[in-house]
Amino acid sequence: MSNVNVPDDLRYTKDHEWAKLDGNKVRVGITSFAVEQLGDITLVDLPKVGTKLEAGKAFGTVESVKTLSDLYAPMSGTVVEVNEALANAPELVNEGAFDKGWMIVLEVADSTGFDGLLDAASYRKHLDESAH
Amino acid sequence: MSDQAQSDAPLRRTSLYEAHKRAGARMVPFTGYEMPVQYSGLVDEHKAVREAVGLFDVSHMGELELRGVYAKQVVNFLVTNDIGKLVDGQAVYTCCCNAEGTILDDLIIYRAASDRFLVVCNASNRAKIVAVFEKAAKDHCEFVDRSDETALIALQGPKAWQVLAQAGDISHLAAMPAFHFGEANLFNVPCTVARTGYTGEDGCEIFCPWDEAPKVWDGLLTVGAPFGIKPAGLGCRDTLRLECKMALYGNDIDETTNPIEAGLSWTIKFEKGDFVGREVLARAKERGVTRKLVGFEMTGRGIARHGYPTKAPEGGEPVGVVTSGSPSPTTGKNIGLAYLPVALTAIGSKFLVDCRGKDVEAVVVKTPFYKRK
Repeated sequence: MSNVNVPDDLRYTKDHEWAKLDGNKVRVGITSFAVEQLGDITLVDLPKVGTKLEAGKAFGTVESVKTLSDLYAPMSGTVVEVNEALANAPELVNEGAFDKGWMIVLEVADSTGFDGLLDAASYRKHLDESAH
Repeated sequence: MSDQAQSDAPLRRTSLYEAHKRAGARMVPFTGYEMPVQYSGLVDEHKAVREAVGLFDVSHMGELELRGVYAKQVVNFLVTNDIGKLVDGQAVYTCCCNAEGTILDDLIIYRAASDRFLVVCNASNRAKIVAVFEKAAKDHCEFVDRSDETALIALQGPKAWQVLAQAGDISHLAAMPAFHFGEANLFNVPCTVARTGYTGEDGCEIFCPWDEAPKVWDGLLTVGAPFGIKPAGLGCRDTLRLECKMALYGNDIDETTNPIEAGLSWTIKFEKGDFVGREVLARAKERGVTRKLVGFEMTGRGIARHGYPTKAPEGGEPVGVVTSGSPSPTTGKNIGLAYLPVALTAIGSKFLVDCRGKDVEAVVVKTPFYKRK
């Protein structure tokens, strides 16, 4: 698993979402590992701007040719931005899981939850462990 | 992102397991075997089969042999199609029903000689079909389950026969029509080559001794390289067969469905004489069925999946169920198969698919979704 890209400046969930904190906003997507597992992504279903999310709860789905997976909110907050481009071009997630394949931006009332997420080293460890 | 649960039961491996690992396959549990679901990527492999050639390991499938002067009668009594019409070296697709006329399995029956038949069944149904055939054969003909000694490799795609020609002398098979088969030495391995498949492309399926499969597999990948051959997994096998509306047992057909509603009436030969399920099927044919398996395209935003309920266009209670569904790599549309009440099955009929609580519009379309030119 050591060859999988896990950027150091992000935080992660065990369900393979990534989160990037910027002030009181958190950008959310799924990791390269998740994308690799899913294969060619064909549909991304995301909530509308204004939707309130609860940490750990499903907020959308991502579908590949073969499977459907739920997306889980890394933190509680309100959706303030949605990557609308994914509606017509879900393959952007395959092309750039950590950049143009981002999914939503959450506004969080309390950013301390961010520190509770896995850092890059812990996430890498999690990947190694689940591979065996 | 949630991972799919996996069973911890011990899995069997085909003789090509090491070859799959070497090729970077992702292995998944499938009907008790650890099988390659994909190598380079489902869509990439799907395209290779449609445009060039792909190589599949389907050694998990069951191969049963019946021998003896009454073998033909025994087999013909158990299946819906007429194997009495086969000549040596010819094969036929058929359903195998129970007395209620519902489907125990779908099979290909190969006539090797007037007193020797090979039955190829789904891996998931092997134990059941072995029991049925073994019981029927008792006191009438010899029965041998050859599954554990027989590997099966499918070479599929428009360039499949060009690749095969590099594997050994197949000149005597090159002009062979579909659903015919013959013997050939490929890379010095004695093989049976059948012009059959599950992808909608030309190609063949190659039976060989279990332990010699790696020689054939590696050989085909090597001689196939200039033709763009790719190892292809079960993932694209499913999307390829779906585009051609070939039924998948356990998805589209099972012991709750009969061949008539599944669109497989053409496999029932009532005139051949008695066979298991004949009476019920004759009655069903006369009365007509209440539901039919149809192909559809999603017109709304959503991907139908196996098990999703279907509803009338105005909504309300479920009226049927999606049996297969996927994005179609060839057409770019989200397609599927579903059982619908006959009133909703006309081409162009609109209905709804309940995609996890969201009703998404779909329309019945002509099938197959894809047909090779």
